[in-house]
Formats: sequence, structure tokens, C-alpha cells
Amino acid sequence: MQTSKSIDKQTQISVAKKGISPLLWGLTFGIVFGFLLQKGGATKYDVIVGQLLLNDFTVLKIMLSAVVTGMLGIYAMKSLGWVQLNPKSGSAGMNIIGGLIFGVGFAVLGYCPGTIAGAIGNGALDALVGGLVGIIIGSGLFAALYPRLSRGILMKGDFGDLTLPRLFKVNDWVIVIPAAILIIIVLYWLERAGL
Amino acid sequence: MEFLTQARWSPYAVGIGIGILSWLSFLISREPLACSTSFASASGMIEKLFFGKKVDRKPYYQKIGLTVDWQWMLVVGIIIGSLISALLSDDFRWQWVPSLWAAAFGGNPYLRIIVALVGGICIGFGARWAGGCTSGHGISGTLQLAVSSWISAISFFIGGILTAYLIFILIA
Repeated sequence: MQTSKSIDKQTQISVAKKGISPLLWGLTFGIVFGFLLQKGGATKYDVIVGQLLLNDFTVLKIMLSAVVTGMLGIYAMKSLGWVQLNPKSGSAGMNIIGGLIFGVGFAVLGYCPGTIAGAIGNGALDALVGGLVGIIIGSGLFAALYPRLSRGILMKGDFGDLTLPRLFKVNDWVIVIPAAILIIIVLYWLERAGL
Repeated sequence: MEFLTQARWSPYAVGIGIGILSWLSFLISREPLACSTSFASASGMIEKLFFGKKVDRKPYYQKIGLTVDWQWMLVVGIIIGSLISALLSDDFRWQWVPSLWAAAFGGNPYLRIIVALVGGICIGFGARWAGGCTSGHGISGTLQLAVSSWISAISFFIGGILTAYLIFILIA
């Protein structure tokens, strides 16, 4: 039963792949993603900055419930051999410093690269005229500096494409299940606290 | 189909929806939901308009490739999807200055645009430095339990919370 189901799924996917080009799939996923972000309120400056001021926990609730749902499904599909993980490589120099610079911009702009696209669709002109132009300039600046950064600070404390199960050298589910429980406890606690 | 015209859904419904979307994008496209690299390739394409083919040879652009790819189309789709959702629920508004900003700093659009531009520069630069953004690291990376993504996502929020307090508590 299990095998016939998975074969069924695979045939479906290959048919789907032949029917629609990869770019059209990207567009389709984007439309659903944008629709969901707008329905969640995450295309709005007030909601995002409200999260950073710890007044409105909508963004964290969306992210954590996406992570718990996504994680359980992706690791289940990995166990079944349907998908392969594709974790990003990193280093302390990359992720901590880059993350903090991003965080400063996150609060100053009030949108991130995904939600700014949603904000533009929602009519936010500060996102279109200010933020979008800024992100393009900032990305170009990094590309200009990349040759100098890539062999220096970006390599400091390099750990490659490590995942938590590999870090602790345990079976995936030894991390997945407690992580899911922990996230659900945090969400429950946010609701209990009336946040 | 009344839910389609509601202005807001529960954040949990939205989050679970995004989680399921991430299964499908892994399964069908073998791609994680991620956005910020598209802005870097857009930047390279614009540079190419002015400086020609030599821009292709910049090491960072060789690394990411200057093409309209899957992720580019994802970002275009987000604009369209958000627009559809906003129109269906009569929540679409042209707006220069968000109300939370206006309450603290007034309704001058020029000030807001300049600040948004500066914030955008930090976001674009920081996303490339960290190798991802709130979707690529914050959702798609953390759900794969990638160490790089958990460190990045935590740093995004530490930087963001401190800066938001600085702007709205100390400056305003």
C-alpha cells in the first residue's frame, strides 16, 4: 500500500513536471505564498515592526507554525526517500554578523525581502520606491565587496552545511520531535500570555 | 468561499499553509521557499544594463547566476498573490507612510522614503552577507534544522528588536 502510494505520487510529479515549466511552478508557489502572507498581515509595516517591538506576535506565530509544519513534513518525506535536504553552509562570521546587519535593516525598513514583495502588492509605496531600491543597492554593494569578504570574515568559524541532527550525531527524529514539541509549547505559552 | 474575502486569517492557518507550501516546493521544484538572492541577481542585471557583459564576470554574480530563475518568479508571484488577496478582501491601499511610523515621526513621505531606502540597503547587504533572509533562513532553513539558519534567524531578531527599540523608544 505504502509503495503503491509513493509510486503514484512520483508519477503524478513527473507528469506535473512535464506539464508545467519550473518557472511557472515558481510563479504559482509565489502567488500562494503572497496570498498567505497578505492574509496573515505580514505584508504590513505595522505588523512587522509591532513584532520587533514585542507588541504583536503575529509574525512569530506565522513563522513558528510554518517551521513546525514544514519540518515534520520535510523530515517525513526525507525518511521516505522522496526529498533531499538542502541546508545552507554557514560560519559564525557569515551568519552572526550578516544576521545582525539584516536585523538592523529589518527594523529600519519594516519589511524583509519576501514581505516587501507582498507589501508592494498591498499598495505600500514606501516599499516600492524606498525599500526595493535600497535592497537592490545593498545587494550590489555586497557583490562589489564579495571578493574581499569571501576569504576573510565570511570564513571565520566556518561549519559548512551542518544540521542539528548531524551536529549531535543522532537520528533526525531525536531532534525533530523535541523541536516540534518545544515550538508548540512556545506557541501555547504565547497564547496563554495573551500575546 | 467566504474565507477568501476575509481580511485576516489566523496566523496559525497562514503558518500551516506556508509549511505545506514548503513540502510542495521541495517535492515538485526541489527548491526551498527563499527570496533574497533574486534581489541580488536583479541588481546584477541592472548593473549589466549600464556596464555591459563584464558584470557577469564579478565573482558573486558568477556564483548566483544572472538569470530570471525559479526564485525570481517566486518573488513576482508574491506580489501578484498579495495583490489578489488584498483586492478580494478590499484591503488594498496605496500608502506612502505606514500608520505606526506616522504616529511617531509624522506623515512626511520623503523622510519615510529615505529611511526605507537606508533600511533596504542594510537588508540587501545583510541578506547577502548572511546567505539568506527571513524566508530562506528563517523558514526554509530552520525547518531543515540547518545550524546556519538558526543562528541567522536568531541574529535577525536580535538586531531587529534592538533597532526597533532604538527607533521607537529612544529616538521617537
